[in-house]
This record gives sequence, C-alpha cells and structure tokens, in this order.
Amino acid sequence: MPEQTVFEVFRYLPDSETEPRFDSYEVEYHDNWVVLDALNHVKEHQDPTLSYRWSCRMGVCGSCGMMVNGEPKLTCETFVRDYDTETIKIEPLTHFPVVRDLVINMDDFIEKLPTVSPWLIREEEKDLAEGEYLQTPAEVAHYKRFSMCINCMLCYSACPVYGLDSTFTGPAALALANRYNLDSRDQGKEERAAVVTAHEGIWECTYVGECTQVCPKDVDPAGAIQMLKLSYALDWARSFVMPRSRR
Amino acid sequence: MTRELSRPLPRSWWLRHAPYFQFMIRELTSLVVLTYAGLMIWGLWASGDGGSFPSFHDFLSSPLNVWLHMAMLVLALYHTGTWIALTPKVLVLWRDDERIEPDVIAGANAVLFLAVTGLVLWLVLG
Repeated sequence: MPEQTVFEVFRYLPDSETEPRFDSYEVEYHDNWVVLDALNHVKEHQDPTLSYRWSCRMGVCGSCGMMVNGEPKLTCETFVRDYDTETIKIEPLTHFPVVRDLVINMDDFIEKLPTVSPWLIREEEKDLAEGEYLQTPAEVAHYKRFSMCINCMLCYSACPVYGLDSTFTGPAALALANRYNLDSRDQGKEERAAVVTAHEGIWECTYVGECTQVCPKDVDPAGAIQMLKLSYALDWARSFVMPRSRR
Repeated sequence: MTRELSRPLPRSWWLRHAPYFQFMIRELTSLVVLTYAGLMIWGLWASGDGGSFPSFHDFLSSPLNVWLHMAMLVLALYHTGTWIALTPKVLVLWRDDERIEPDVIAGANAVLFLAVTGLVLWLVLG
C-alpha cells in the first residue's frame, strides 16, 4: 500500500464561493483507519474549515454517510485499506441539496419518514392492566430485518428514482412502513395505504435494487417495497372478490 | 439563509454505474418480450385466417427474421432470469421463525421454468 493516500474532497462554501470544487489532502496511510478517521485527521491537522457530519463512529447513528469513490458509504465503517487506488474521492450524498462541503440537507427525508405512520396503530388500545402485547420469536422474525434501519439515507442516495423525482417516498420510509405492516401487534396497514400505495409510493419504485446493495444494516428496502406491492395488490384483488370482507 | 447547492441527476446517470446500466438493459428487454408477444398475437390471428397465414410464414422464414428471433430469445431469457432473481424478494416464505432461503425460492422458480419450457418443447416438437 502507498505511504500516503490522497483524499479528493468535495468543497462547497456558499458564503464565499458560488461553485463547488475539490481540494486534495495527503494523509498518511494507516492499515486500521476508516475514511472518517482520515477526514478527522484532515480537519484536526490540515484544514479546520472542512465540514461534515459524524457522531458515533461505530455504524449506529447513521450520520456519516458520504459518497466514497462514487458509492454511498458509511465512512465510519469504510476502511481505507479496501481501496487500492492512491486517490479516494469523497463527496456529499447524491440526490440531496448540499448545505456546505459534505453536509447535505436531510429535511426532505425527515419530513417523509412520519408520513408512513411508523408506529404501532391499534384499532382499540387494550387497557394498561391487561399487560403488554406479546409476540413469539417467529412473529418478531417476520419484521426484524426491516426494523434495523439507522436512517443513514444511503439508500436514497443510491436510488436513481429518488434522484430523478424527489417526490418519491423512498426506500427507507417504505421499508419502515413494511416493518409495521408485518408486526403482529399492528393494525394500521389500511391507514398507511393512502401514502404507501400513492403514485409517489411503492408504484414509483422500478426495482433498481441498489438501495438494498448499499444498506449497511442489511435492511433490504427493495425487497420490502416488492413485498408491499404484492401485499396491497392482493388486498385490492380481495376487495373485488369479497367486497364485504375485512382485509 | 445559506444558498444550498442542487445537483440534478444527469441524463447519462445510467451509464455511470454498472448496476444502473444492467437495470436499463433489463427494462429494455421488456420491449423485446412485448414485441414477441405482439408477433405471437399476429401469428394466432393469421392462423385463423387461411389467406394470411402463408404470408406470415414467409415473413418468419426470412434469414433476417431467424437472426432476429435468435437475438430475441437471448434477450427474453435474460429478462426471464431477472424475474426469477426477483421472486425471493416478493415471495417471502417462513418455516416457523426461519425464513426459507432466497436461493431455494429462486431455484424452485428456475426449475419450474425449465420444466414448463421442456413440456412446451415436447408438445410442439415431440
């Protein structure tokens, strides 16, 4: 491996410049460094004006998502040693407006999340004295995978559908809808239908599948959306065959 | 209020990343499937009309059409493969709290596809 790695970092300083640029920083190679370590080194020793988000440094908070050599990655678990190029290009997550340098505006994502009602919906809440809603391990297994999302937005950055039309509800929000629809304690599938089955919802997904490929938590949003398509389509068909039955 | 930088997706987005390119090929092969379905409908219509079937048969027999059919077969098989690969995403089956492996679902679909194809070939050629 080279002794130095060159990081070409996207810079956008809206207060003083109108156009973005790339700045190069040479960083000493360390076998155990992740990309975030290198960015922190740059900020501490070379350029304190560099802006980016990070927090937990252990793949839990989901705040350090960036494009690394063109692919959406959590920089805290992307090792420099996995890139055999001497130059590593760092850019802000695509498909989101850039506020400054590597910091994106995530308002659109944050506003979309609650639209799918990502909480347990009950037709009638049972009395507190009756105890909790119990589940078997098998019932948990049905939705657990879809509950592991850390809201890192890598899936939105990988999705060209969202890139072409930002009204698309998007992979993470729809995977979350599926997570609650599959929960045995939930009765809110019909309530979520208005948002989930809208044109901007599941039917806008053309199954590119890259959301699943880039997900650092193996959530499989692409699979979740296909499951939702089948589930709601069956409900629709059932309503024709048995119009008086409940879903 | 700071000026935010908007970065629209360029028209060449699908050429920049191999999986995006494969996605576009998958979508384009659906047009081949549609074309072949149209051809089959034409063939059915022609077979019910004694006067037009010979011209349909002549149309199919041209060397250019044979090559076109070969190309359509390859592209339709690719399209079929993408659908078979997709099935485990839609068909999520459970045995108690164990999910049946996606490869098993896709494999079962592939075997079913080959069996039906074999049956059709046997009926047509046998």
